[in-house]
Amino acid sequence: MSPLFDLAVAVARIAVFISFCLGLVVILTWVERKGAAYIQDRRGPNRARILGLTLGGIFHPLADAIKFLFKEDFIPDGAHRLFYQMAPMFALAPAIMTMAVIPFGPPVTIAGHQIPLQIADLNVGILYLFAISGMTVYGVVLAGWASNSKYPLLGGLRSSAQMLSYEVSMGLSVVGILMVFQSVQLSEIARGQGELLFGILPKWGVFVQPLGFILFLTALYAEANRTPFDLPEGESELVAGYHTEYGSFKFSMFMMAEYIHMVVGSAVLVTLFFGGWQFPYLADAGFAFPGGVSFAVPAWAVLSLRIGSFVVKTVFFCWVYVWVRWTIPRFRYDQVMRLGWKVMLPLALINIFVTGLVLLLIDKGI
Amino acid sequence: MAIRVVKVARPEKMSFGESVYLLEIVKGLGVTMRHFLRNMARQENIPTIEYPEVRRVMPARFRGCHRLMKRPGGAPRCVACYMCATACPAKCITIVAGESPDPKIEKYPVRFDIDMLRCVFCGQCVEACPVDAIRMDTGWYTMPENTREKLIYTIDMLLEK
Repeated sequence: MSPLFDLAVAVARIAVFISFCLGLVVILTWVERKGAAYIQDRRGPNRARILGLTLGGIFHPLADAIKFLFKEDFIPDGAHRLFYQMAPMFALAPAIMTMAVIPFGPPVTIAGHQIPLQIADLNVGILYLFAISGMTVYGVVLAGWASNSKYPLLGGLRSSAQMLSYEVSMGLSVVGILMVFQSVQLSEIARGQGELLFGILPKWGVFVQPLGFILFLTALYAEANRTPFDLPEGESELVAGYHTEYGSFKFSMFMMAEYIHMVVGSAVLVTLFFGGWQFPYLADAGFAFPGGVSFAVPAWAVLSLRIGSFVVKTVFFCWVYVWVRWTIPRFRYDQVMRLGWKVMLPLALINIFVTGLVLLLIDKGI
Repeated sequence: MAIRVVKVARPEKMSFGESVYLLEIVKGLGVTMRHFLRNMARQENIPTIEYPEVRRVMPARFRGCHRLMKRPGGAPRCVACYMCATACPAKCITIVAGESPDPKIEKYPVRFDIDMLRCVFCGQCVEACPVDAIRMDTGWYTMPENTREKLIYTIDMLLEK
């Protein structure tokens, strides 16, 4: 195996996965605006046109990007110049970096080499994920503090408290999954979900850990600062929250970070709780349904079905983010804290206890 | 006036199912999804008026932009009496009178400008006019323009409306 081949494969994987992420981000901004409009009985974006085509406003993300690029790139008086400029990068970089450990599909064999469809198949996958996503709070806090303005500071402080408290329940809610699949490596967890539970259900995380799923989903929304937990940018109280003083492309970097968070968050959710790239009842050789019915499927079709199922599941959960945003109103700040510490944390601990007990009983053969 | 005590109907205590919140969230998601799908399927039912292309029909007595009336020959009906300019609380009407070529009519307006930026759409000019030369029945409010000069409507513009 030549080092050049390795390098080419690594670069190609990074390019494909990053462009998948960013492409989805672009589409998501449009989906969010259009979806919000239809949910609220409005028409939504429908003006930007290229060659007389509007296509339901699909060109609006492009128009937005061009608008942001051509806006004045200012730094307010009194802002800490270095930190003010660093904050959007600190928000965006960890969001993209978490993509590295998500398995997009099973390993493929090309020219005798086995290539995992994952940028880095770390054996500490989950820990890496939490370590990096924990860093996103720096971007928000730095932005809030460096702007030298009251509302961003309040937004940054809220965000730090909220993200720290939900990080705890998020980590604990995943422990059950780690116990069931006995690995912290995401590719192992995705592979483990290909088995069947009681011979009928796919052994997806959501079926073995329903409570863990609900807790993780809630914590994920809080981590991504999405409604109903978008306290850091509560417009009614804080103007625009931590990015009030930002304009032009710096602002759009914060927006991109938020949407990349949604994409990566959905991908993590799918990997941990919805079988990752597993297609229900699809084994390496073909479909094998519980009733004993099975038929063979060529290998390329299996691979594309699996990657396709991962993409479809991820896109679906991105839509759930949007859907939830326009359904549930924002929590009050003390309610957020109460939910985090008094409800989610005990439930996550109970979930771990019950999972451990059940696993022990199964192990003893009872 | 005596202070009255108003009893607001508070919702009764939440049931267990409601306080768990999850089922209620799912119900709410159902409501929003219903709206979403309905609007996707039947876009013509969305109540939005797409403004520049589609205009709302104004009620018959809506006081909109002014227009000047014409005589049968096409000359302005206005006799440049300054009644409207005098009645105007915003002082937005500028009239310059000239001697009319028609011997039966004393004066006609050489200039009749309405500064639409100052007009408060009160309708006093219409009330004051003795010959019903100015009306506010165009059914539309001032169009947006990008310079102030374009918003001073001259006699030609007002006669055309």
